[in-house]
Amino acid sequence: MSNGFLAHLGRAYVGLILFFLYAPILVMAAMSLNASEFYQLPFRGSTEWYARLWHNGEILSAAWRSVWIAVIVTLIATTLGTAASVALFRHDFRGKRVLQVLLFPPIAIPWLITGTAMLIFFFGIGLGRGTPAVIIGHVALALPYVIVVVSARLATFDRTLEEAARSLGATPWQITRAVTVPWILPGIIAGGLFAFAVSFDQFVVSYFLSEPGDTTLPVLIYTSIRKGFTPEINAISTIIIALSMGIMLLAARYSNFGGER
Amino acid sequence: MAEVRVENLVKTYGAARALDEVTLDFPDGGFFGLLGPSGSGKTTLLRAIAGFVLPETGRVLIADEPVENVPVEKRGIGMVFQNYALFPNMTVAENIAFGLDVRKVGAAEKKRRVTEALDLVQLGAFGARKPHQLSGGQRQRVAMARAIVTRPRVLLLDEPLSALDKALRVDMQIELKRIQREIGITTIFVTHDQEEALTLSDRIGILKDGRLIRHGPPREVYDDPRDSFTATFLGDARIFSGTREADGLRLADGTLVPGAQGATIAVRPENFQLSASEPNAPCRLRAHLVQKIFGGALGTCLLDWQGEVIKVVGRDADFRALPESGPVWVSWQPEHSVTISP
Repeated sequence: MSNGFLAHLGRAYVGLILFFLYAPILVMAAMSLNASEFYQLPFRGSTEWYARLWHNGEILSAAWRSVWIAVIVTLIATTLGTAASVALFRHDFRGKRVLQVLLFPPIAIPWLITGTAMLIFFFGIGLGRGTPAVIIGHVALALPYVIVVVSARLATFDRTLEEAARSLGATPWQITRAVTVPWILPGIIAGGLFAFAVSFDQFVVSYFLSEPGDTTLPVLIYTSIRKGFTPEINAISTIIIALSMGIMLLAARYSNFGGER
Repeated sequence: MAEVRVENLVKTYGAARALDEVTLDFPDGGFFGLLGPSGSGKTTLLRAIAGFVLPETGRVLIADEPVENVPVEKRGIGMVFQNYALFPNMTVAENIAFGLDVRKVGAAEKKRRVTEALDLVQLGAFGARKPHQLSGGQRQRVAMARAIVTRPRVLLLDEPLSALDKALRVDMQIELKRIQREIGITTIFVTHDQEEALTLSDRIGILKDGRLIRHGPPREVYDDPRDSFTATFLGDARIFSGTREADGLRLADGTLVPGAQGATIAVRPENFQLSASEPNAPCRLRAHLVQKIFGGALGTCLLDWQGEVIKVVGRDADFRALPESGPVWVSWQPEHSVTISP
């Protein structure tokens, strides 16, 4: 086999991956702009479904709710995660490795199981369902992502910079503010964007922990689909996808994954 | 400005003693070079004075004040790091101003002192640049300016020139010495480069395995090394030992070194002469020339004597008459036999 053939095969492979990833999304985005309620072709362009979204109070309030929960989760998870990363970077203590390892299972454990466990736990401690439970649950899920991203950035930090700052009379807090944080800022931003995405796109844990009537957008979409599929769902889903992809592209830009720019 | 003193410092890492009962005075306003091979404890000693390393026992005094329990940021030191450790997110001027900012120095005073420091290191026009826009030598100067702008009591330099190429290093040595003289600050610097230590310091200390082997003015230590480690480390000397006799030192191969005062002597590579025919000098050996190394004005010859290497350094012109290899005579004057402890 020639290299040329292999190169073509490789390109076809990448093309197929992208096709299966994006074709359904593109179809959905196209249908959200189709006037027909029953996916009838030929395609007739219309923004009717988007316009209807604006008058659907249920969807709007769920969307608003998803956004502010995601913002709160982002603030909490980013602050806690950054502080944890800096502490893990600066100090050596007994059980540090164990702690670092224990931070990762939430990424790997299926959300369904995490959600069930959280529900049982929150009822056990008397917190029950509701927005506080949802926020705590989301923070727990987002935290490992923040720590991974911020720690990766910290790994490139030159410790002698902190020593230099100390020799110049700076206190640990002054060092953190003037030297350490500016260096890891791209990591903090990327970690925050991940946290936002984890919370905003979260379905399973939100489904378990939110009270009926007080749902987030993904939960509302799921329940709406069960009642009957309308192109409005296509419209709101397209908006969510655009938002999520935008966030991920920003995160990629700040965290440099996919290699050095 | 202040005198620095360490007393009985001990620091262990596991089973290894990085500092082993080190007691040493660093005179006020002096330029003190700490010299030793890697792992000798010289950097540990510097970091113990800075406060980054906390010794198990012993005392560190700055201006007669014990500082063992004073954190780094309150010791009133200035430090220059091997990689300069300039803050990449700040300009040159901001880097230099950092120590003043954390001390809450007023804006006018700050501006004046930063300008003064920039002028002192001859970087007046570079205040607005970022560190990555500077050459190695310029970064070194910024690190110096940043370390002295806070008017520290003592300046600590951790191999400050080792990242520079040779030509620049020699320039910066002169520059470093000038700046130190101009502000008269007590300076302690660590190096593994003996020539650099001899050039810059008015006192040197030699460390080995965490122990202070020898200290004193460079010329005194160089001329009278007293022990074999100092003699070989500080001057690449050849050590000869044998039995003491009334008229000299009898070496293992039967050669008598007339005039030698002890059982062990050191001779420096620049004090040997080489000749093809037997010389008149009273101290002489028959050796085998193995290799001639051309090095510009100065050359090096490696000889084999009794299975040991003798290194001879001299003007390349003096080596031209010798064969590339073969038997030669090595000779030296009796006053160049330096008695040392084994």
